[in-house]
Amino acid sequence: MIDLLLSILILTGAIFTFIGSLGLARLQDFYTRLHGPTKATTLGVGCLLIASALYFSIREEGISLHEVLVTLFLFITAPVSAHLLAKAALHLKLKSLAPPPAQGSDTPPGTH
Amino acid sequence: MRRLLPHPLLTVTLAILWLLLVNQLSAGHVVLGALLGWLIPFATSDFWPEQIRIRHPLALLRYLAVFLYDIVRGSFQVAALILRGPTRLRPAFIQVPLVLRTDLAISLLANTISLTPGTVSAWLSEDRRTLIVHTLDTGDAAALVTEIKQRYEAPLKQIFEGSE
Repeated sequence: MIDLLLSILILTGAIFTFIGSLGLARLQDFYTRLHGPTKATTLGVGCLLIASALYFSIREEGISLHEVLVTLFLFITAPVSAHLLAKAALHLKLKSLAPPPAQGSDTPPGTH
Repeated sequence: MRRLLPHPLLTVTLAILWLLLVNQLSAGHVVLGALLGWLIPFATSDFWPEQIRIRHPLALLRYLAVFLYDIVRGSFQVAALILRGPTRLRPAFIQVPLVLRTDLAISLLANTISLTPGTVSAWLSEDRRTLIVHTLDTGDAAALVTEIKQRYEAPLKQIFEGSE
């Protein structure tokens, strides 16, 4: 029974991670591509971590809480790196499908 | 008090983090964790200019629940969008005017936006009053801005800044 649950969790995690990578490969511009991997980490890795925590809590003595830490660190670092990538892209004025935000005093930098 | 214990909340968090890292609960590690939690804030005090105050712990829990729910819901949406094909996406940059003022609350809002699928925070204006967000597929930009403000910003303001 528990094996079944674990398999479902791992498969779900794998599928979401795969879709995230697919997005990275298929989407057309830098900004939309950014969405694929940042999202896959959230739910895909989340499922894998829950499976890992369950497995080690059952098979070994005591509850395994390392996964909580992985989740926490991931949730802190993933959005920061995504934000910096997007910010750098805006700075470099990469080609974008969406019209880039209007230039103004409080919007992304004009010419250097 | 502030001299001896500059960031009580950070101290507790670090102590718990330490216990999670060693993955065991013994008296020695509790003491070591507490010691680390007490010393590290001194070394990093430059990064935490403001005192952190959580005014509404219950609201914080509710915020976390909404946040987790949105991650799951949004992941399915983004997965569907990617599978449906990249040509039908309507990406856009939207501007979210901020009412949040503290650095911590703004970073938490930006992190939340980036973690909930379909949106990535891309730019914070220099006066910290506008957050530019890139969205993967937008039907109604104004509605999305309203949703972000009501769903995430309002509770964050309540939790960290109180309602002035």
